[in-house]
Amino acid sequence: MSAGTFTLDGRAIPFEEGQTILDAAAAAGVDIPHLCHLPGLAPHGSCKLCTVSIGGRLGAACTNRAAAGMTVESETAELNAHRLTLVQMLFVEGNHFCPSCEKSGACRLQETARRLGMTTPHFTHFFPARDLDASHPDVVLERNRCILCELCVRASRDVDGKNVFAIGGRGIRARLIVNSASGRLADTALSANDRAVEVCPTGAILRKRVGFAVPIGRRPYDRHDIALSLPTRRGEGAGGG
Amino acid sequence: MPPEPADSAMACDLPAIARRWGNDPANLVQILRNVQESCGVVPSETLDQLARLVGVARVRLEATASFYSFFHADSHGAYEVLFSDNIIDRHAGKAELMQYLCERLWVEPGKVSEDGLVYVDETSDIGLADLAPAMLVNGLAVPSLDKARIDLLAELIRSRKPLAHWPAMLFEVPDNVRRAGPLLGEPFEPGAALASMLSIGAEETLARIEASGLRGRGGAGYPTAAKWASCRKAVGDAHCVVCNADEGEPGTFKDRVLLASHADLVIEGMTVCARVIGARRGLIYLRGEYRNLLPALGRTLERRRAAGLLGTDILGARGFDFDIAIHLGAGAYICGEESALIESLEGKPGKPRNRPPFPDRCGYRGQPTVVNNVETFACAARIAERGAARFAGMGTPQSTGTKLISVSGDCARPGVYEVPFGVTVREVLAECGAKHAHAVQVSGPSGTCVSFQEFERRIAFEDLASAGAFMVFSRERDMFEVARNFTHFFAHESCGFCTPCRVGTSLLRNIMDKLAAGKGSPYDMQEMKRIMCVLRDMAHCGLGHTAANPVVQTMQKFPEAYERRLKKLEFEPAFDLDDALETARLITGRDDEWAHLAAD
Repeated sequence: MSAGTFTLDGRAIPFEEGQTILDAAAAAGVDIPHLCHLPGLAPHGSCKLCTVSIGGRLGAACTNRAAAGMTVESETAELNAHRLTLVQMLFVEGNHFCPSCEKSGACRLQETARRLGMTTPHFTHFFPARDLDASHPDVVLERNRCILCELCVRASRDVDGKNVFAIGGRGIRARLIVNSASGRLADTALSANDRAVEVCPTGAILRKRVGFAVPIGRRPYDRHDIALSLPTRRGEGAGGG
Repeated sequence: MPPEPADSAMACDLPAIARRWGNDPANLVQILRNVQESCGVVPSETLDQLARLVGVARVRLEATASFYSFFHADSHGAYEVLFSDNIIDRHAGKAELMQYLCERLWVEPGKVSEDGLVYVDETSDIGLADLAPAMLVNGLAVPSLDKARIDLLAELIRSRKPLAHWPAMLFEVPDNVRRAGPLLGEPFEPGAALASMLSIGAEETLARIEASGLRGRGGAGYPTAAKWASCRKAVGDAHCVVCNADEGEPGTFKDRVLLASHADLVIEGMTVCARVIGARRGLIYLRGEYRNLLPALGRTLERRRAAGLLGTDILGARGFDFDIAIHLGAGAYICGEESALIESLEGKPGKPRNRPPFPDRCGYRGQPTVVNNVETFACAARIAERGAARFAGMGTPQSTGTKLISVSGDCARPGVYEVPFGVTVREVLAECGAKHAHAVQVSGPSGTCVSFQEFERRIAFEDLASAGAFMVFSRERDMFEVARNFTHFFAHESCGFCTPCRVGTSLLRNIMDKLAAGKGSPYDMQEMKRIMCVLRDMAHCGLGHTAANPVVQTMQKFPEAYERRLKKLEFEPAFDLDDALETARLITGRDDEWAHLAAD
């Protein structure tokens, strides 16, 4: 039941009562770049890629609700330049080596960077020392690739009912922590078919023993643009599609 | 006697601590504070037991425990000494004194001494810029440091004297009120504002606040009456009044003085608000750095309860029930942001919420909540007590009343000045005896850098909006180093929630350090401007929006401070190729000419 329409980059977008700008746009087949949002999980508003101009004021499309008659601008040169900078920030803050990453071709970070025209990381790399946790029998946690989007945190808490993940620390030292005294993923309640394992936009959380099941060249973003994978992205995990 | 010492508060009895806070996960920051105070650490093993006691996942406790600066899992020894690291402390000789203390105690900064006795490090500004340099010892403030005081401290620590037996004069913090007006200078009889309100009614009191033109004193200047009216109308079953006493903006300390010497005025303002919005519950979020104020504040609350000014049927008015609890912060500047403060009150890491909804509709525990600054509540009490006319008659039409300014830095008389809004920077400088002022940082790092060419500008919401900081820098001060100190501050205090602030503040810090090392180029200046635009447009909250201001403003107003640091006129890489060979030289034991890249 449509509650009205708003304008997104000159196009009329219908929306339902309570729907966010991002979700309404997605339902109409229009992609606003984003990394920390997934339908079915509570909006978060942390990656800031989906920042749009709402009647001249900037705000995250994933947390702001659509309202009848509002004018939203997303595909502007300035906003896309800012988005590119944000993606570059994410690349230099972690350790992302696409050629050796199993998620390559199915990675939202990589694909969003491509879509925004990123050719270099631009900034000086931080090269942080981050732990890889391979203790779990079925899942590997590679913190070097974590972009702190908290999708796994929300999925584990709200869908799986397990609270396996959280963000610890503050500022640039923020890091993904797991629910065990040992700090090891093996000692948590995580299981391989948890929603939390599916939702990672990068290669930070991967299922074991399915690596390269889908060859490079036939992965989701090898075949189509990220904007065409709307509106739901279930089954887009490693090697999925 | 010094205030209640932190090292003898309570045995490390986790069930007792949790019980004291109702085994409520929403009180987790307070529970962790008590654990930290009584055990000296928040040990990793504790988290499992606490998780069971309060009934939440361990990982949530760990998230909270690892967010706040004052919680740590490794021991900091029997004495934890933290030097305040605002630029004002630096200008007052903090680095030299810290080194001196470290030498006397045979300890390295940031490491516990080998005998496990003492730990010396830095912390963000502790609200004593008028008494800089200053420090916290086991969480308690020690101001006005000099060599003699450091000698005494070193002796007390080496002789392992318990903090409770240290000379009380070490912990004495004078108010330094240099100019008092209607807020600070006139007597206040506890209960006077409440009696006045009860005689005219809550609605009329709200009308008074509105007529006074009172705007929030935390810096943003939102009309107080509008906030109260909206919260009064909001639907909820447990409205709440929160006093934001998380005065973390470097260079600000006026709330310290209000809480130390005018607590009745502040608490009465909260009680007036409670009646207006229909709240039974009040909370004071006191920054952890003001731990020394806690015992006296607790006694003031007790005294007011005994006098019928808090509790049930206040001043005999049936159904006028209101009481206040104090929550302490734990070292996180971001908790001064009202929604982050509420998160912290609810036991979580202090990360700003997505808004709307704003706290007036959905605040503490999802209930309608008014969050106001300490000074705002004090003003509200005065207005309730005396009517709006006098308040509205002071200041400027858009910024009524007086403002408390915290003056520090290069001046003869640092301290608190109660000035009418609209006062010029030059007038304040003359009053505090700043003869050679070159720049003033108004409202702290997130505020405005005012150069000597702009001293006619006015402190008012329509010109220089201010939470109160007024840091004076004389001609010989290096404004680049001022800005660099502020970029370090923001990088340290960013909560890490959003990408632009988490990464952008660190990028800025790194570029400023590169310039300081003499490796900068005009390209780096452009980079900082670019990062500034992204922070301004994309960051989640005010911290990120303003984090690049000190750099951009000093670049614009004091370009020479930057230009003399630029190595080349084009590009200079962030890394040094010759430095990169250092490990190889160490391994091979070579340091001859051929083991170095030729300098260009």
